[in-house]
Amino acid sequence: MENYNESRNEAWREELRKSKTAKERNNIARVEMPQLDPAYRITCNEEVNQGINAEQAVLEATRCLDCPNPQCVTGCPVGINIPKFIKNIERGEFAQAAATLKETSSLPAVCGRVCPQEKQCESKCIRLKMNQPAVAIGYLERFAADWQRNNTEQEVPKMKEANGIKVAVIGSGPSGLSFAGDMAKQGFDVTVFEALHEIGGVLKYGIPEFRLPNSIVDYEIEGLRKMGVKFEKDVLVGKTITYDDLHEQGFKGVFVGSGAGFPRFMDIPGENLIGVMSSNEYLTRINLMSAGRGGDTPVMHGETIAVIGGGNTAMDSTRTALRMGAKRVILVYRRSEEEMPARREEVGHAKEEGVEFMTLHNPIEYIGDEKGHVKAMRVQRMELGEPDASGRRSPVPVEGAIEEIPVDIVIVAVGVSPNQLVPRSIEGLDVSRRNTIVVNEETMQSNIGDLYAGGDIVRGGATVILAMGDGRRAAQNMAKQLLGE
Amino acid sequence: MNKIVSKQRFSENVTKLVVEAPLIAKARRAGHFVIVRCGEKGERIPLTIADSDPAAGTITLVIQAVGDSTRKICALEPGEFLTDVVGPLGQATRIENYGTVLCCGGGVGVAPLLPIIRAMKEAGNRVVSVLAGRTKDLIILEDEVRASSDDVIIMTDDGSYGTKGLVTAGVEEVIKREKVDKVVTIGPAIMMKFVSLLTKKYEVPTEASLNAIMVDGTGMCGACRVSVGGKTRFVCVEGPEFDAHEIDFDELLMRLKM
Repeated sequence: MENYNESRNEAWREELRKSKTAKERNNIARVEMPQLDPAYRITCNEEVNQGINAEQAVLEATRCLDCPNPQCVTGCPVGINIPKFIKNIERGEFAQAAATLKETSSLPAVCGRVCPQEKQCESKCIRLKMNQPAVAIGYLERFAADWQRNNTEQEVPKMKEANGIKVAVIGSGPSGLSFAGDMAKQGFDVTVFEALHEIGGVLKYGIPEFRLPNSIVDYEIEGLRKMGVKFEKDVLVGKTITYDDLHEQGFKGVFVGSGAGFPRFMDIPGENLIGVMSSNEYLTRINLMSAGRGGDTPVMHGETIAVIGGGNTAMDSTRTALRMGAKRVILVYRRSEEEMPARREEVGHAKEEGVEFMTLHNPIEYIGDEKGHVKAMRVQRMELGEPDASGRRSPVPVEGAIEEIPVDIVIVAVGVSPNQLVPRSIEGLDVSRRNTIVVNEETMQSNIGDLYAGGDIVRGGATVILAMGDGRRAAQNMAKQLLGE
Repeated sequence: MNKIVSKQRFSENVTKLVVEAPLIAKARRAGHFVIVRCGEKGERIPLTIADSDPAAGTITLVIQAVGDSTRKICALEPGEFLTDVVGPLGQATRIENYGTVLCCGGGVGVAPLLPIIRAMKEAGNRVVSVLAGRTKDLIILEDEVRASSDDVIIMTDDGSYGTKGLVTAGVEEVIKREKVDKVVTIGPAIMMKFVSLLTKKYEVPTEASLNAIMVDGTGMCGACRVSVGGKTRFVCVEGPEFDAHEIDFDELLMRLKM
């Protein structure tokens, strides 16, 4: 907390605070994110949210009251000094705003786009207590990161002198990149091993470009390269090289951020018919392999596509299906819209684009044609019963209420499990029944002293920012351990 | 980027490439496969490893040109590069001294069968190999197979080489004449289905190596799922070999038509 106050007490901040009354600040309406028109955007893959301009950003930053005891920072998994970056925007020092983000976040342009700010920093904003919309921290974060990318040369952040200690990162998704950036800053010699042919993990294969353009991810990766981070593609640790090989190569610490690659299915009849696939498969074909967009990889097309699930991946799948030319896209979710884990913004975007929401329905069977291609799904109507372990009211079938709906493709987006490939290859590693790596939640250290882990391989399925927070914590603690502090 | 060291054409559609991949050459065991990509927009194609030379740092791939991507790979010349090669993937074959092992390969399936034949022989088994193809030109790697087999039976559909008939006739001949403790079969799914039905009749434990459709090959996409003993399994991480008598070959055949 001292850290936040230190910057708050600087002269320019005090002056800026006094330059406007709270009332003046309160009278400003929250900025709205400019968006591409729904009818246009489903014809292409362009980013839907266009970002706010400098004028809008300064005005929005003015809404922030620069609280003496800012709560927003407690909602940020990587501990960004939020008031400091926002006030820098207000005074027009955009480069300093961006530098503030970079102090604690390796991927601000990514987080500004895909973080669920409404559940994190913005949920703690004092303005909510005043019955007003929260300061648009996420939009401002994106603005500062984008401004820097578009207006300045990419800079290498302040780095400690190289200490010559080699550390390995397994997986180049958000937790791995965050870890790599923090360790490089501390002077470590970092190598990231990626199994796929592209760096970025879920940021590349999972999240579609209309939400997170690849060029943004590549820019952040380039930044890490400039900091000396090395990337090795097409290397599957546990298969191509082993954990022991890493030691032989002189790596003193290993961070596992291999993600939750394993798609879940529902184990219902007809799930292996042609045309029924995981959201991972659908999105990987299109996002990573450019299927249907000039890549050699094929992807199935269909007029009517059903997507099963209610999370962000389900939303991404429905919206991708529209962009691939589907005439009718139906989202089937067993609870009501209120319980959907997807971000409100994504739900809103999907609806604007014409996705049909079939909530309180659950598929129970897929029916195939004579060639084994799915042609219909049988869905069971549900109603909400008592709250379950997750606190959400659990859906129960309404007896006899079963409907058959013709479909050409079904995309199953009901969650993922941790990819067991890496954990299974390391002897003696403590792995839970759910196949997650067991770590000390404070330090992210596993039962093997030099092995840390974070992201979905520990959490089983969470968000980009939580994964980044894990990477950051792991870096702090591994650095302490390796430097003998 | 992985350099093509040498190339040999077995037939019009079947090509052998020796590719630089030092880490894979060292790590791979019989039964493993790799995923390769040719070109920046290239598809990820799973290919079983036919051989490797850890000292030279190379692996051998045998590719049948069946679509655009495999044709592109087959067209590569020595000195040119595959864009990506990742592996070794999948579970290695369980190699034990079973007694007598019958290794039965059809068409290009003989390539991934070869390292299994060698490993089974090295483990002390009597190895009988049955190689099958539509016609003489499609029988590949015969000399290499002979070098590690105690007996080799060759079957061709048109009788242009070896005995005229289907692979199952050759397999049945062996099972009838001697005690077979284990069968390993690799080839077209339809062939493996009939081999499996036959060995089930004679109650000989059988492993089949499946070539399912895959995207990433690391368990991420689930395109390769197959029903084994009524359960959905992923060929890429749990396979490629499964107990043939438990595999739902009809579903596999259906899914391969995707």
